Amino acid sequence: MSDKTKSRDFHQARWNEPIIFDLSTPGERGILLPEMEPEIETSAGDALGELPGDLKRLSPPGLPEMAQMRVLKHYLRLSQENLGADLNVDIGQGTCTMKYSPKINEQFAASPQLSGLHPVQDENTVQGALEIMYQLEQFLKAISGMDRFSLQPGGGSHAILAIVSMIRAWVDDRGLSDTKDEIITTIFSHPSNCAVARAKGFKVINIYPDPKTGRPDLEAFKEAVSDRTAALLITNPEDTGIYNENIKELTDLVHSHGGLCSYDQANANGILGITRAVNANFDFCFFNIHKTFSSPHGCGGPGCGVVGVKEHLIPYLPVPLTSFDEASNRYYLDYDVPKTIGKIKDYYGVIPAMVRAYAWIRSLGAEGLLEAARVAVLNNNYILNRIRAMKGTEAPYAEGEHRVEQVRYSFQPLKEETGCGFDEVQRRICDFMCHIWSSHEPFVVPEPFTIEPTESYSKQEIDEYLAALEKIIEEARATPDVLKTAPHNSPIHHVAEHEYLDDPKLWAVTWRMYKNRFEGYFEPKKEQQ
Amino acid sequence: MTRKFIHPYIPNSVPEVQQEMLQEIGVKAIDEFYECIPVEQKVQGKLDLPDPLLSEAALKRHVEGILARNQPAGNMISFLGGGCWDHHVPAVCDEIAARSEFLTAYAGEPYEDHGRFQALFEYASMMAELLDVEVVNIPTYDGSQAAATALSMACRITGRPEVLVAASTAPDRLSVIKGYLYPDIKVNLFDYDTDTGLTDLDDLSARLSNQTAAVYFENPAFLGYLETRGRKISALAHERGALSVVWTDPASLGVLSPPSAYGADLTCGEIQPLGIHMFMGGGRAGFIGAPDDERYIKEYPSRLFGIAPTTHREWGFGDVAWERTSFASRETSKEFVGTASALWGITAGVYLALMGPEGMRELGENCIKRTRYALNKMAELPGIKAPVIGTHFFKEFVVNFDGCGKTVAHINAELLSRGIMGGLDLSQNYPGMGQSALYSLTEKRSREDIDCLVNELEKILST
Repeated sequence: MSDKTKSRDFHQARWNEPIIFDLSTPGERGILLPEMEPEIETSAGDALGELPGDLKRLSPPGLPEMAQMRVLKHYLRLSQENLGADLNVDIGQGTCTMKYSPKINEQFAASPQLSGLHPVQDENTVQGALEIMYQLEQFLKAISGMDRFSLQPGGGSHAILAIVSMIRAWVDDRGLSDTKDEIITTIFSHPSNCAVARAKGFKVINIYPDPKTGRPDLEAFKEAVSDRTAALLITNPEDTGIYNENIKELTDLVHSHGGLCSYDQANANGILGITRAVNANFDFCFFNIHKTFSSPHGCGGPGCGVVGVKEHLIPYLPVPLTSFDEASNRYYLDYDVPKTIGKIKDYYGVIPAMVRAYAWIRSLGAEGLLEAARVAVLNNNYILNRIRAMKGTEAPYAEGEHRVEQVRYSFQPLKEETGCGFDEVQRRICDFMCHIWSSHEPFVVPEPFTIEPTESYSKQEIDEYLAALEKIIEEARATPDVLKTAPHNSPIHHVAEHEYLDDPKLWAVTWRMYKNRFEGYFEPKKEQQ
Repeated sequence: MTRKFIHPYIPNSVPEVQQEMLQEIGVKAIDEFYECIPVEQKVQGKLDLPDPLLSEAALKRHVEGILARNQPAGNMISFLGGGCWDHHVPAVCDEIAARSEFLTAYAGEPYEDHGRFQALFEYASMMAELLDVEVVNIPTYDGSQAAATALSMACRITGRPEVLVAASTAPDRLSVIKGYLYPDIKVNLFDYDTDTGLTDLDDLSARLSNQTAAVYFENPAFLGYLETRGRKISALAHERGALSVVWTDPASLGVLSPPSAYGADLTCGEIQPLGIHMFMGGGRAGFIGAPDDERYIKEYPSRLFGIAPTTHREWGFGDVAWERTSFASRETSKEFVGTASALWGITAGVYLALMGPEGMRELGENCIKRTRYALNKMAELPGIKAPVIGTHFFKEFVVNFDGCGKTVAHINAELLSRGIMGGLDLSQNYPGMGQSALYSLTEKRSREDIDCLVNELEKILST
């Protein structure tokens, strides 16, 4: 191992920043508003005083009062207590495709030419924005083979909502509401697939993996499909990074029973230019623009989920679509969608994310997209090879096979050997400026962690991450207390008392709730005792 | 392209590095990783995409060339509102929203991502002060989603299957609400008076039943006027065991009562006015406010960040009642949750901290007085009727042009040619109102802007 790839001596900023209300000094101002011109004062008279009593705010909101630089400083300090993908080697946030979000694209997204647009401006004054939306749709059609896209949903789960709403409308339209009432998904597909299916009135059938191959159990699947099947919602490769080569067999089977098939392409980064939704005969697909197409994740949004459909489902898409009129050489918002499910979001979707995706695709072209996929897969298999050699971890399923863009691993052997598992490693790895994500429920893979390197990280960076992982595994054996008391170099130490998050009597999701329940530092208020 | 593609965004494209990695894995070529994909499922040839713009300079020239075709309302004298408003965005909001640490983070743990947990906890806390409630969620996709989810929560809290929604609700929001609640929850509308805009209390009373989970109305209403009888509406709902759910504009709450003061059990709305650019409707995030009541908290589908002690007496954070969420409980969860609009929550928090109570009061005063001034001036123009509906206004009002014999489309086209964006054309969605438009005034519209509008309108209407 070269010096460049050793785990580094790191300490994150620790500002011990007070909660913002404790920074307030009465009378301080962060920003001033326009002064009212005398003519307006005269004309408006006592407009506020004339409001009916019920409408007048009686006491000012208890917001902090802070000078501008103090506000700036507070938030800059908080930002330093946050490890964005631009700073860490964010490959432990598996399933989320933490690729580089190019800075030039941020300039486009922040441009006043975009940020200052009102959604109902005259269409002639937004031709640039509409052109980008229209062209992005053409690119997505090429990438997926689908016939039309809605760019409206605000994230992957929202795209699922759009799709399941269309499935609902399609089923009801055929008078099959009572007979086609089941949706099939897999336990390794995103939880929003089953949650949304349930929310839209369908029964959910979860298919578990074959314990050996990791693919959805084919026999269980065949048993589940029937004339009651309204749709299949499935990811491929699933969160295990295993590509299901039987995928077309599954879609054919569902189609033979009159159901629809939706491809959750959250994991598309390794297959751009390699395979397409249309090639496995899907009726719907969706991409996460904030994953595969480089728009930044913003601490959890704004995202953008784009929904593609085959010809026969175009009439159900949310309105409006973006179309082009050749005669007038102009782009326009198209509300002519006969069976539309209506709107699922205000206006037209997260346009800054669309502009970033447009620019990203334009900067790479077909060769670049393919190279991104190929390198993401190379990086992943390089990591797989290294982690397989680490005693204490395992990569369940599909032994000896390559994976696509990510792998779900397990710390189960380490846990059994040392008592330190996912929880401890997760808290320790941030001491090395790295991160691994939780939230892989239900834990079909015990003590799970998922690594997805994308194409964005150099071999050196990947080696550094792996060196940190190796060091932590050594520590678990030699000095397990270091893990158990971690983190040590983070902005804060261990939140060990989980009852504050689980016990309703101790919950405080806002500062006023905290103040109502506690005094000083988590001392329960007397009247609460 | 004949040479090997080495893109600045893809470091491991360097052939020597790839070779080293392949050797270590023990395979000869990257293609081997794709042998799992059946040939018939593979793309034949190249994707049909335009050739890449490889240099950053070429890309910048290309994209900026397209964006130059836009004429942003933000650069003009704009009176467009109706759900997305041209409020001033403080520079500090832009600075923080663009910080790499926040912009490019996702779902780090409460340790390495302590900053986002604290910033979002503080956002929720400041919103709670503004709304005068105890609980506020991490933002939803937008205000319409917040409204739909608040109604869905009301059904679960009361165990009832119907909601009563004001017919005055913003048309697009109503479309989102109906679509979201379908098929499990029935949405019925109740009427409003077309002169005063106020809720038809008789119609509401007649429609309330022991099946009603919630009564929903908007204040300010989509058409700009204020509902003055919120307390009565909430009381009617409560009498029948239903919840009062009110959509509000947070920009109004420095001067107007928060809905909780007139009986709202759930308050919802859109935070775009709080330091978020319009982005052609692409800068949106929604809030839902509730009392400190376990029955309410447990029905949120959204993330809720709670404060908790660390082993070293620091402020720590984490997800409260994680089992509610679809991340934890899949199809047995409350609705679903995913990536929504967290960065805008942080940004709105920055905004509220900058504004403070006095800034929010001044913002409200600016909107109300500038609106009154514009209304007074426009009402003086011959042939114009203003206001068309309502008595009290926050930052919008409806103007009717029927007496001028000109369409809103014509007037707006004329105004546009003079550098002004006229009000939102209502003639499609509200045919009963004839040629009417919704005029919106934020703190950005100066007396000079308004006088300019009135002068130009006078010329347009007289020709």
